[in-house]
Amino acid sequence: MLHNPFQKCVKDGSNKFLLLLLFIFVILGVLGSMILAISFGAKEVTFSSVLSAIFNFNPKLTEQQIIHELRFPRVICAAIVGAAFAVAGCLMQGVTRNPLADAGILGINAGAMFIVTLCFAFFPGIPYSLLMFFSFIGAVLSTLLIFIIGSSVPGGLTPIRLTISGAVIAALLHSLSAGVAIYFDLNQDLAFWYAGGVAGIKWDHLKVLVPVILITIICAITMGRSVSLISLGDDIGIGLGMNVTLIKVLSIIIAVILAGVSVSAVGSIGFIGLVIPHISRKLVGVDYRLIIPMSALLGSLLLIIADLGARTINPPRELAIGILVAFVGVPFFLYISRKTGRDL
Amino acid sequence: MKSQANTNNKRTYTVALVLILISISIVLISLNTGSLQIAPLKVIQTLFGYGDYKSSLVLFEYRMPRILITMLGGIGLGISGAILQGLSRNPLADPGILGLHSGASFGLILFVTYFHSLDHHAAILIPLFTFLGGLLTAFIIILLAYDRIKGLLPIRLILTGIAVSAGFSAVTLFLSLRLDEETYTFASRWLVGNVWGRDWIHVMALFPWILILAPFAWSQSKSLNVLSLGDEVAAGLGISVQGQRLLLLATAVGLSCASVAMVGGIGFIGLVSPHLARRLVGPMYQNNLPVSGLIGMVILVLADTVGRSIFQPNAIPAGVIVAAIGAPYFLYLLIKSK
Repeated sequence: MLHNPFQKCVKDGSNKFLLLLLFIFVILGVLGSMILAISFGAKEVTFSSVLSAIFNFNPKLTEQQIIHELRFPRVICAAIVGAAFAVAGCLMQGVTRNPLADAGILGINAGAMFIVTLCFAFFPGIPYSLLMFFSFIGAVLSTLLIFIIGSSVPGGLTPIRLTISGAVIAALLHSLSAGVAIYFDLNQDLAFWYAGGVAGIKWDHLKVLVPVILITIICAITMGRSVSLISLGDDIGIGLGMNVTLIKVLSIIIAVILAGVSVSAVGSIGFIGLVIPHISRKLVGVDYRLIIPMSALLGSLLLIIADLGARTINPPRELAIGILVAFVGVPFFLYISRKTGRDL
Repeated sequence: MKSQANTNNKRTYTVALVLILISISIVLISLNTGSLQIAPLKVIQTLFGYGDYKSSLVLFEYRMPRILITMLGGIGLGISGAILQGLSRNPLADPGILGLHSGASFGLILFVTYFHSLDHHAAILIPLFTFLGGLLTAFIIILLAYDRIKGLLPIRLILTGIAVSAGFSAVTLFLSLRLDEETYTFASRWLVGNVWGRDWIHVMALFPWILILAPFAWSQSKSLNVLSLGDEVAAGLGISVQGQRLLLLATAVGLSCASVAMVGGIGFIGLVSPHLARRLVGPMYQNNLPVSGLIGMVILVLADTVGRSIFQPNAIPAGVIVAAIGAPYFLYLLIKSK
């Protein structure tokens, strides 16, 4: 890990300046990609009209209306949800010390999807905030299932076994959701959702989504110190007088809130929570106080770009975001699993 | 030793007989259910050519092909799972979990994209495409899971399979989103495991694959026995390990991919039926292989009948019902296995 000279500088603490520069660079990257994502699309708009839509919005101009009603919500949603999935993966990888942990891979997203499908079937037209709550409940249930399975084995499951059981639970729940969708003829409504998409987002959704996710991410960052200690091993945490179980449970709850809430908005998007924390660790070292905010920023960046790609590759039709993320995520997953498999 | 083999053989015949009786009764029930109910006695009458025009039309043109496809598909999946579990010495192997079905779906989507029509004579080629897709996936998975020092680790095989199947599903969705809405709905239903083949042409497309590959697999059961003991033992007993393994792997891919071409991406049958077969008739593949095919057949016909008859008016794909039973069983095995 120390091969990276840049990381070594950061680790030594000799150069806080470089770290600051890195964060500023990534933040600028996120802002730049947001502006890019707002400008490009089925109808091209100029940079100046993007700026004027932000600073003096005039609802009479069609162009500004497109920007305000369609582009803004989806770009903001992509940014916030990308951050949420990335931080969720980050916390799970930290406290379970499982390099393959990710809300999508472990089947947490699938649990949220299942309950959302049930809601669509039995209570169509349910208000969004309630849907978000149910989606969270679904995520909790599938998480509990995975942990019950994990703890029913003496000595716990190895990361790889946990990953496999998560994948099978995900397969089961996907299959059940598809069954419900077909039985109640929901296929058209849900088809796009399976692979994820931020197309249908409205300002009303964001009003609930943004504060919930932002507050949860801030909670996650404040827990950074404890998470870094746990990621080094339970013994160290206990030795330093921490309540390890409490921290673990809190972190998992935060991760489940982030994943569940995000699924209710955009469907199940996997692999972000796997890929981003690994990249952040390469960039900023082992301190979760830095890894968590870095992951949030990089997650936003990835999802904004993926959404831009999904809209512009084959216009006017849209691809599902999940597909684009999977194209990046699958090779990465194979790489990590190969590395993990070595010390099996 | 010899006498034990004999009792095992006897046991196999009994078990096989019971399974065949069960499947005949399920098939009779299955023929009887549907939007037009035909009494069991009348079903038998019609089968022997004494039925009236209406019931013979319904039976021979609508229900028979579908049930035959379901039966053949179940046999193919069950045997394929048994071969894979023996080859990889991994009780958790299953063509669906290993990602072969996502490769098959990739082949299917390629076919739909470039040859359009799903019915009539072109349908006979579908199993070929799914087979090629499955072979491609198997090749990629083995390539990625292979370790120079340790060889093929079973658990890594599954992990790689999960990842590769996620990748292939993404490509498949990518291709299918470009298709028109009807084909997309078909593809998404297929992926869940919907028995869609319902014409005689589909039976004809699937039948030769099972007819050739299933007996071939059975004829190779002795080398499967040996291979399941480990490479060293197999090589010591004079088997060309690599060659046999590739041949049997191709057979398993052929059986499962040809089956899923007609019955949809149904997982977990290839996992459950070999386990039940081992419990019933022991580990010898001469007995185990046919029984596991029969169990696969019973499970799939049952799941399809339940999905069609209990859930009205929109039938639930057989794959959903199989997954609802098979996935918990898989988790149970995962926890139990060391």
